[in-house]
Amino acid sequence: MKTDTVTANTTLKLPDLDKVLDVLGAWVLAIVWISPLLFAAWAALQPSGTALGLDFSNPLTFENFVYVWGAVPWGGYFTNTVVLVTLILAGQLVLCTLAGFAFARFEFKGRDTVFILVLLQLFILPEVLIVENYAIVSKLGLFDTALGIGLPYMASAFGIFLLRQAFKSVPIELEEAARIEGCSWMGVLWKVYVPAAKPVYLAYALVSIATHWNNFLWPLIVTNSPETRPLTVGLSLFGAPETGVDISVISAATIMTIAPLLMAFLIFQRQFIQAFLRAGIR
Amino acid sequence: MNEMARLQKRRLALYGWMLAAPALALMSLFAFYPAIATFWHSLFSRGTSRRPSVFSGFENYGDLFADPTFWTVATNNLIYAGVTIPVSIIFALVMALWANAHIPARSFVRSAYFTPTILPMIAAANLWLFFYTPDLGVIDQITGFFGASPTNWLGQPETALASVIIVTIWKEAGFFMIFYLAALQTIPPDLREAARIEGAGRWTYTRRVLLPLLMPTTIFVFVNAMINSVKLIDHLFILTKGGPNNASKLILYWIWEMAFAYFDSPHAAAMTILVLLALGLVAVAQFRLVEKRTHYR
Repeated sequence: MKTDTVTANTTLKLPDLDKVLDVLGAWVLAIVWISPLLFAAWAALQPSGTALGLDFSNPLTFENFVYVWGAVPWGGYFTNTVVLVTLILAGQLVLCTLAGFAFARFEFKGRDTVFILVLLQLFILPEVLIVENYAIVSKLGLFDTALGIGLPYMASAFGIFLLRQAFKSVPIELEEAARIEGCSWMGVLWKVYVPAAKPVYLAYALVSIATHWNNFLWPLIVTNSPETRPLTVGLSLFGAPETGVDISVISAATIMTIAPLLMAFLIFQRQFIQAFLRAGIR
Repeated sequence: MNEMARLQKRRLALYGWMLAAPALALMSLFAFYPAIATFWHSLFSRGTSRRPSVFSGFENYGDLFADPTFWTVATNNLIYAGVTIPVSIIFALVMALWANAHIPARSFVRSAYFTPTILPMIAAANLWLFFYTPDLGVIDQITGFFGASPTNWLGQPETALASVIIVTIWKEAGFFMIFYLAALQTIPPDLREAARIEGAGRWTYTRRVLLPLLMPTTIFVFVNAMINSVKLIDHLFILTKGGPNNASKLILYWIWEMAFAYFDSPHAAAMTILVLLALGLVAVAQFRLVEKRTHYR
């Protein structure tokens, strides 16, 4: 806005070429970027078998959605995903809060070494350790359970790191005041630190939900029944090309899978982007 | 008094350990122990019902290096990393500059760039199937309009990997944009004004002022993109299954295939260790960079 005054004496000129190219470029890229989604939405509304013709004269129909809903236990998959995401998030919040608090406010022998080990876990991806983790989960008797899918993700190094940073930035005077009033350590954590880190919690929760809603490889490996399978695995089984399902049906299934998260995103767009920002900056 | 202080200190240390213990236990169970166990198991031969597995030293690693598939898959992954990392970083930067500029419909532009980020990779692959289908897909419809013959984008070795790469870039560029966007918002607008008064053109400003200021973000994004080039393989399950003839097979997909389709976990373990070594190198490099940065924080 500040530049308005500087350029006020040149407003009679045509808008400069740079600016026009910027706007054009930004729009074209935006349309290209969103087009796979738009095409899929459009294809899903076409009678099956005709979608690829890009023929705009066909009437729109919801039959693909009806068919997909009847062909696969989506309701169950959906519930499984919700249960899974909730379970993981709950576990992460508890474990990472406690550990983050320990690393931020307590002095103990070997703390810094252990913390570096924790950071190292950011690079030992659970995805890469599928072979052994599969063996461990099976040995624990957790194969094909929500807990089996979720447990490896609960002690999240990322979460511990974020919360440690957040707790460290809380002024120590707040803690001392609470302690004078007779709060225990747990009381201090719950009444001072957790409320102070609220935005970080929100950010972390959104990132965690989006990650695990979308996770695929690990759930594929440790599930083998419709009773535990999350949406992504269900969708992959359904969409496999060799089953001969045609593209408008696959599109309908895809749209159904992503709709809840997509809607949540469109409603909470600001918070979402803010959340990703906050989670990534540190 | 001194005695009491020491006691208090010890109590706090104990408390700290207790708080960290649950997370550390789970982390050991699902990250540290499996990493070590993977290494141990990579040293044993594959057992069958007739022959139990025996210690075989580094034989599994030797087998991998002797297997032409290993070299194909490793090359594929290097190409995958070599293209997706720089291209998505450049896209992310350009997107951030546009999404940060005063342009009409900015919030639409911003969400359009960001939306692929929140989709599951499996769903993204399904969306792109619609583009790649030979003859009937969107791409062939467009090229067909200009008289080109239909192409089996996913089914021929020359284009399969490229098709997979495009989906990855589409998926992650918007995510990286966010970090650039955040960094751009911390750069004071006076800087641009000052550069303009000094007579610096837009390109000079970007190259001499903006890019150096964005360097920490670029490092962060680079590391993430590097990890993604190992991790993001879900779309292979839908698009190509690593084919045709391994032309689009990536390391993690190959590990999955060895372990869960061919039940050859010793070789999968050996491959996993190689990946962990590579990731370890990235980790060390990253820590060094971060350490340098935190000194003046």
